[in-house]
Amino acid sequence: MSKSLKLYGGTAVGAAALLAVAFNFADRNITPMPERADMMGEAPANPDLGFIAMARAASEPHGNYNLGRMALPEEIAAWDLDVTPDGTGLPEGSGDVLTGEEVFIEQCAVCHGDFAEGRGNWPKLAGGDGTLADKDPLKTVGSYWPYLSTVWDYVHRSMPFGAAQTLTADETYAITAYILYSNYLVEDDFVLSHENFLEVEMPNADGFIVDDREEAEAHFWNTEACMSDCKDSVEITMRAAVLDVTPEEEEEAAAEPAAAEEVEMAAAETEEAAAEPAAEETAALNPELVAAGEKLFRQCQACHQVGDGAKNRVGPQLNGVMGRTIGGVEDFRYSKTMAAMGEEGQVWDEESMAAFLADPRGYVKGTKMSYRGLKKDEDIAAMTEYLKSFSN
Amino acid sequence: MTADKKSSGASRRAFLKGAVAAGGAVAGAGMARAAGDPDPLITEVQDWASGFGEGVDATPYGLPIRFEDDVVRRNVEWLTADTISSINFTPIHALDGTITPQGCAFERHHSGAIELKKEDYRLMINGLVDKPLIFNYADLERFPRENHVYFCECAANTGMEWAGAQLNGAQFTHGMIHNMEYSGVPLRRLLEEAGLDTAGDLKDKWVYVEGADASSNGRSIPMDKALDDCLVAFKANGEALRKEHGYPVRLVVPGWEGNMWVKWLRRVEVMDGPVESREETSKYTDTLEDGTSRKWTWEMDAKSVVTSPSPQSPIAHGAGPLVITGLAWSGRGAITRVDVSTDGGKNWQQARLAKEGESKALSRFYLDIDWDGSEMLLQSRAHDETGYVQPTKAQLREVRGENSIYHNNCIQTWWVKESGEAENVEVS
Repeated sequence: MSKSLKLYGGTAVGAAALLAVAFNFADRNITPMPERADMMGEAPANPDLGFIAMARAASEPHGNYNLGRMALPEEIAAWDLDVTPDGTGLPEGSGDVLTGEEVFIEQCAVCHGDFAEGRGNWPKLAGGDGTLADKDPLKTVGSYWPYLSTVWDYVHRSMPFGAAQTLTADETYAITAYILYSNYLVEDDFVLSHENFLEVEMPNADGFIVDDREEAEAHFWNTEACMSDCKDSVEITMRAAVLDVTPEEEEEAAAEPAAAEEVEMAAAETEEAAAEPAAEETAALNPELVAAGEKLFRQCQACHQVGDGAKNRVGPQLNGVMGRTIGGVEDFRYSKTMAAMGEEGQVWDEESMAAFLADPRGYVKGTKMSYRGLKKDEDIAAMTEYLKSFSN
Repeated sequence: MTADKKSSGASRRAFLKGAVAAGGAVAGAGMARAAGDPDPLITEVQDWASGFGEGVDATPYGLPIRFEDDVVRRNVEWLTADTISSINFTPIHALDGTITPQGCAFERHHSGAIELKKEDYRLMINGLVDKPLIFNYADLERFPRENHVYFCECAANTGMEWAGAQLNGAQFTHGMIHNMEYSGVPLRRLLEEAGLDTAGDLKDKWVYVEGADASSNGRSIPMDKALDDCLVAFKANGEALRKEHGYPVRLVVPGWEGNMWVKWLRRVEVMDGPVESREETSKYTDTLEDGTSRKWTWEMDAKSVVTSPSPQSPIAHGAGPLVITGLAWSGRGAITRVDVSTDGGKNWQQARLAKEGESKALSRFYLDIDWDGSEMLLQSRAHDETGYVQPTKAQLREVRGENSIYHNNCIQTWWVKESGEAENVEVS
């Protein structure tokens, strides 16, 4: 309170003037809404407002309604992080390509690939130069993005996926430098900083035009819509069924109703079969811990699947992971260390799982898992309990 | 739970196939009686006409009856790498009227649907304002409020169809849309509360809006639009927004692409230029045939689609009276007219609008025909109050090529066969 008094005490004098400004605005925007005058009587009359609250309210009058409060400078600093093409918003700092490569491999490569080439359906960040007019353009930072500020801003505020806002300014400069390097836009000794940021030229900077639909597509307006005999013949030129990429309500979708019934019965049987052992298991599990673990697991979902029909994704599927040999899912390419641990016969038990979850890269050197780990013991216990609920 | 869903899906499909296969003559057990025999559903006392149904409070918050459990959002798995950053589709083929129930309105997340309590909610207005302000949820509820119905369409709706007919179902081709009645505070009112004198001439000013989730999904909006009809909404269809639609507060940007409707709205910054964020440069820009790309294509062009009959909603009753129905909308204003063709665009007739078109909201149209049971190539064509007429895919491709991804508002064709089944096709 005293802080806000200090900060905004000086503004009390300007209160009347500001209200006048506010009225001005209300006048300029025709509105059927209640006028401030209607509300004037109510606000100060609240008997619950103590002296300090009154003083604080008086110290920062604003707008038509005097609702909300002044934002503190440190609050604005915490949230106002956006960076614009002219570099406004960039903090001081720097990072080089080689550091960027290290951070990228640790933090980004799990989805974007070691060379920013993208894995699976995840975005490719490099390549595609000169493909924008092709049948299938490859849009990457190098081939498409018009401003480098966008890369820095997005990496800094929204990446890594599942751990946004954890990168330092220097790490962000380094990653940005590495992405430029992956696109052959800088050499391997390049250092990106707030000072040389605007010197980087983005290849597709001039590749954009502002929406011109009203000119380029003016013929879609005020056309006399033909109502009869609009064309001589109509032929089907393409059918969706030929490509057939429509998701079925279930994969085993059968053409014959009889087969569909079988599927239905099979589904019912699986359900019954699954129901019994599940009941036994839950008796031994702590449901609160499982629930807490389920929430925590959201951080893992980007890479790991667990439960019915779980498949390997970026990470292996986790059904029955507790009690499983480390590195034990067939068809999944583990890191060398993880595979070796399995060959030695090591198993995921409470102890090994806790050690891994607490410090993934410390426990399994060179693990592909890009995850910082869980700091709290109770979180580790919850996650473990949750994973146990998917025992085979 | 999952298995249960699956089995009901299978039976639904079996029902559809069965009904269609029978040529429409038979539809449901009640009709299985021999001609002339009385209907046992009428002549025999049924359980529900004798015993009890559920008491009040059986379901404190009601869900649709179980017979409708196939009317749900659906995902197209191959579209995205992960459901956390993905989209699903409104089952428009199975809905009527214009208001989309929240529970089946499509979702689009960039880093998952977060849980944000009202108590933890803060909205910051900063940048070129006289006084940077923080509002909590209770503050927002004290501003004079407005109600408006608007559609929200993802810019990528129908985007998979640019290069050819791909997905068999109106849900998948046109389901990245919903239409709700929003209650909230005009953004203008909040900006005025912070004061815009500092911003000087408002003509070339922008606001940057961002969400509280990890993706933050920031977008730049010209001040004109921000002061015109943008709404800071906290209720939809009378109740709190759903988590997946930005609870407790989202931004409504009427008529403009859904990506700008920032969910979990946490900050509005008045700026003297656009941020050129990831969502307005690398995404949501439309690449033309020559490789240049349009940016700031905010308005959603006029568009329409027949929702039934359609691939997921085949004709099950055979020849005779048939209700052809669909939706039409325009980001530039109200729908004034919809034409329907049953022969692939050779001849058109004007459909009936269920009510006069509302600006930037869905319109429902009907064409009631006496179907002779022969094949149809069903199309619809929307007209809006600016005089815009919905183009064919060929007309669009002529200007935009096939790589736009976004803003595909072409005329859609369903090939309805004699059996009543329908398929997504392209025609000459």
